[in-house]
Amino acid sequence: MLVFGFWTTKICNTRSTQQNRNVLFCLKKDPFPGEAPIPQKQLQKFQRGKKCKVPAGARERLKEAIAISEAMSEHAQKQAARYDLLLPEDAGFLEGDEDEDTNTISQADIADAVDITSGSKYFNLHLSQFGPYRLDYSRTGRNLLVGGKKGHVACIDWQTKDLKCEMNVMETVNDVKWLHTEAMFAVAQKRWLYIYDSKGVELHCVKKFNDVLRMQFLPYHFLLATASATGFLQYLDVSIGKEVAAICTKMGRLDVMAQNPHNAVIHLGHPNGTVSLWSPNQKESLVKMLCHRGAVRSLAVDKTGTYMVTSGLDRKLKVYDIRAFKPLHSCFLPAGASCLSLSQRGLLSAATGEIVQVYQNVLGSNPVSKPYMAHRLRGQIWGLAYCPFEDVLGIGHGEGFTSMIVPGAGEPNFDALDTNPYRSHKQRQEWEVKALLEKVQPELIGLDPGQLSKVDQASFEQRHKEQIEALGFDPLAKDKFKPKTKKKGRSSAGAIEKRKRKVAHEDQRDEIRQSVQERTEREKELKEKSNEKKLGNKSTLDRFRK
Amino acid sequence: MQNENLVQISFFNQLMLVHPRKKQNERSEASVQVSEYFVNAEGTGDKVNLSDLLGTVEKTSGASNKTKKQLRNLQSSKETLELPLNKQQTEKVSAEFSVQLLVSCWKNIILQNQKAEQMVFPLNQESSGPKRVEQVVAGWKVQTPLEQEIFRLLHGSRQPVNDPVLTPVEEQSLKAMSLEEAKIRRAELQKARALQSYYEAKAKREKKIKSKKYHKVQNKAKRKDFLKQFDEMVKTNPEGALEELKKMELSRMEERMSLKHQNSGKWAKSKAIMAKYDDSARKAMQEQLQMNKDLTQKMVVPSDDEHESIEEGLETVPDFVNDPETVIDPVNPWMRGQLTHEEPEVSCVTAEEVQTAEEENEEEEIIGEFERKRKLRQVVEEDVVEVSDKEEEEDEEEDVSEFNTLFRLMRSEKTREGSNQTRGGLNTAGEEDEEGLLSEGQIRVRSIEDLEVLDEVVEPRAIEEPSAPQTAAAEATSEPPHKKKREINLKEVLTKEAKAVRLPFLPTVVDEEERDEQISIIKEAFAGDDVISDFIKDKSRQEAAGRPAVVDLTLPGWGEWGGVGLKPPRWKRKRFRIKTAPPPPRQDQKLPDVIISEKRTASVASHQVSQLPFPFQNTAQFESSIRTPIGSTWNTQTVVKNMTKPKVVTKLGAIIEPMVKEDFIKSKTTSKLWLLEIGHKKKKKKLFMFLVLWGCMLVPVRFAYNSVFVLIFFYY
Repeated sequence: MLVFGFWTTKICNTRSTQQNRNVLFCLKKDPFPGEAPIPQKQLQKFQRGKKCKVPAGARERLKEAIAISEAMSEHAQKQAARYDLLLPEDAGFLEGDEDEDTNTISQADIADAVDITSGSKYFNLHLSQFGPYRLDYSRTGRNLLVGGKKGHVACIDWQTKDLKCEMNVMETVNDVKWLHTEAMFAVAQKRWLYIYDSKGVELHCVKKFNDVLRMQFLPYHFLLATASATGFLQYLDVSIGKEVAAICTKMGRLDVMAQNPHNAVIHLGHPNGTVSLWSPNQKESLVKMLCHRGAVRSLAVDKTGTYMVTSGLDRKLKVYDIRAFKPLHSCFLPAGASCLSLSQRGLLSAATGEIVQVYQNVLGSNPVSKPYMAHRLRGQIWGLAYCPFEDVLGIGHGEGFTSMIVPGAGEPNFDALDTNPYRSHKQRQEWEVKALLEKVQPELIGLDPGQLSKVDQASFEQRHKEQIEALGFDPLAKDKFKPKTKKKGRSSAGAIEKRKRKVAHEDQRDEIRQSVQERTEREKELKEKSNEKKLGNKSTLDRFRK
Repeated sequence: MQNENLVQISFFNQLMLVHPRKKQNERSEASVQVSEYFVNAEGTGDKVNLSDLLGTVEKTSGASNKTKKQLRNLQSSKETLELPLNKQQTEKVSAEFSVQLLVSCWKNIILQNQKAEQMVFPLNQESSGPKRVEQVVAGWKVQTPLEQEIFRLLHGSRQPVNDPVLTPVEEQSLKAMSLEEAKIRRAELQKARALQSYYEAKAKREKKIKSKKYHKVQNKAKRKDFLKQFDEMVKTNPEGALEELKKMELSRMEERMSLKHQNSGKWAKSKAIMAKYDDSARKAMQEQLQMNKDLTQKMVVPSDDEHESIEEGLETVPDFVNDPETVIDPVNPWMRGQLTHEEPEVSCVTAEEVQTAEEENEEEEIIGEFERKRKLRQVVEEDVVEVSDKEEEEDEEEDVSEFNTLFRLMRSEKTREGSNQTRGGLNTAGEEDEEGLLSEGQIRVRSIEDLEVLDEVVEPRAIEEPSAPQTAAAEATSEPPHKKKREINLKEVLTKEAKAVRLPFLPTVVDEEERDEQISIIKEAFAGDDVISDFIKDKSRQEAAGRPAVVDLTLPGWGEWGGVGLKPPRWKRKRFRIKTAPPPPRQDQKLPDVIISEKRTASVASHQVSQLPFPFQNTAQFESSIRTPIGSTWNTQTVVKNMTKPKVVTKLGAIIEPMVKEDFIKSKTTSKLWLLEIGHKKKKKKLFMFLVLWGCMLVPVRFAYNSVFVLIFFYY
């Protein structure tokens, strides 16, 4: 009724045509005007860096440039946050009854309890003949590659248990690794590095890479990094088949290796208890850290490149923050961990003798208490790997291969454009082309993956210096104060000097004010710190304080 | 103001005086040829006075008294005027000014284009494709009374203007009602629409029928129907009737003009030949002539008496159409059903209300036995609803039986809820069967709303179905264990052993504090552990390598002139030692167990930006401006498109012409000339219009209508 009356009055009022028109096109009212609000939490998740403030006396063009870029990044952030709702899957978990430790629940029980498809993910392959097995899952998580010490190599679509190829290379196999697709894999054999296709046809024998013990594949760079018994770290670009870098580490036998997925830096563990970080661009290690008193046995780096977990001969398990290169916590495992692996969601699995233990919430400040799951196997464990996007842990051991269900291990939401477990043949081909086009050059590997988006400070300073020399003045410097000439005798030398001094004083005062402010802030911080020390509670972010 | 006017007048005078004509004297000699140029008029060479020009104003009656008065005032004023600038100077000034104007008017547009995120060429391109009404109308004001009238008419009808989902009336009705009512109303509306669409489809189909006879019959029926309606209209709506009359008149005029139904057509001629021998042809001819007669007959406003007579006449006309109906009348409803489907219009023509009502009832019986049974079960109020429903229903409804059932279901929903309780155990197997059949055959589920209506029908099945999967699932869950047991070797799995071995499973975890750890490492380093001391040595070596060396520039033999063994004093030696500034503190200064390489990697440098781009003043600003990646890996599709849109877009095949003023002035003014309105009716005082000549052209002064004066600036 109300609407009706409103309508008629407006229609009758012929003079206010403007209003009239407005009414005509606003017949329907949106009950939820504007865009849907986005929760602050989600927005924060997609925030990139800090907002740039427009300086006080900025030029118009600068203001505009900053405003445009800020608006764009805000838009991008909002959109990303909006689309976050398209990732609906939740991770799994395992919960015991009251007074029941989850680590006492056997795999068979879990397999019984879950649905058929998930239950079928727990299986054993009895391959006792060809010794302990190394394994690798493809990036999509569909295919499994196992390599026995005594030469047995097989690739399997482990979900359908469809054997793609199986062969014996009649040589010691040190390591196996999938390359960028399921079509190719590399096998580090006794002397050379071999590359096979998915049907087991030998494609290449790379004789430049000898005595390889461990391999890592950097998927976005198309680089196969190998660590050899002779102490060489070599990089093979599999897209062009060229050796990108060969670095002599001078650290002896390299049989512990891991990659940091965040910045494609290779971590090597050494017999002298150190872990060194390498990029193909530097002949010496980027960082060397002393982690254990004995030799390093195993290494694992988490997906975000924040944490590194190491285990050594001193039977300790240590968690490091590799952004600050500081140890977070360490624990003592009586048996010591021979193999380590981190899942996509941060579950740590450690092979202690014949037992595989899975730890939860290791990455963080709270110390390790007790395992989340445990599983006993028969032979010595040789390889551990989590299957991407699945709650499955693959274990290669002396008696073959075991696939173990670890609820909550895999990332439930996958990026179908990057790694799609369900991709078709055609999609794989398309992805391959796109991935090759987007290949990251090996020159960009470094500790800071965002290095590229920064101004080259050194050359910038150099250029700036040259410019100053050429021009005779600093173009970026703040203009020197020039006193205006005033009339009626107010521009005498003394008066000018006075005015200059006034300005200089003002500048000085500004500086002093700033320094005082800084000092007070520092003092305040110190005070807080001391307070915290007194209280004894530490936050997660404290480790960033150098 | 007055002053300005004066200046303008003086300027005008000056213009006239710029080139004073040479004085020509009258020739004294007589000659045959007299040049036209040397004819002198009276008063040649005199100055042109304002009074000369404006003398006529006094005589003209059109000019207002005010203006005349002003003019007289002007004339009487005796102020002298300043000398004008000489020609060169004026030209110079005007040229400068024009250039300035030209440049300044482009300045903004250039700046704007520079700033623009995207330029689309050719400029001022209209987007192709149909526009929405609002877009077309936006920026257009209703001004004239005619337009206002039209607008009122247009929007008075309350047709949906914007988003034609619901008309305002519909919306209001929806708002005013409760949910159930709204649902019913909606169903009604849907039904109406469906009916309309069916009707349209039917009309289309009938239009396609080629049979002339069919159409003849049809037309006749229609005419008759129309006449009947007209009679009614005369009673109820005389205005409408008058309009209809006018229409008839028009058709009469057309007939008279075209003589379509006289014996002039091809068909008529052929029939005329045949008429002698063929009876039917004769009849046809007669009919046609009758038609002509009817059509050309002058219509008179029918009085009551006439109307009666017409009715009588109509009654006498034999009704062919009724015949088939009577033939099929026998109580076989099946036959009727078929026929009505074939010739729905026929039943429409036979407007025997009672009969159709019966027919409908029977029809409904055929369509939905289920429905009827339910009706029987329903309470009396429901019946009332039904009756009112029937009245509303039209003849076309037969075609939409599906819809009807749906609609009725909707109606009955309310009462069913009540009746459900009573029904309870009474439901027999037979009924259920029927329900099932019906829902399968007749009701086509079209939308969610419809589904809701059908909920009851669907539900029993829906309940049954899940039970099957459950059992299946149970079977499935019961099956796999067998499989599992076959696959899994019991010995390997820690089933019973697990508990026994559980304690050794658990690691004895020893926690150490970070600081203790670090301290212990350092302590141990000094204790002389191999690994740690090695590491510390390595680190110190690296630190040493990083420190800059002191350069000693002392030459051998310097200061030794007095002999060997005599060393120059330290302060002298110090002058030749160059110490470079210490490097910034090492990154690993506070991390005893870490060595961070201080070497700068040059590999990335070649890809990095080394020079600050223009508007940015420091690196932080620039870095923050590029901190958001633009790739599709990190962004949504729309954002990527937005971020990577090209700066310039050109249309393929279109000629891009240089920018002209119209491109950007268009939005401000409509014409090429800048017409500056000086005065409204209030400002009529302004009398003079002068063309201010800036460049080269003289444009005649123009009057806008009724004393609105226009000053034309011309900058070209």
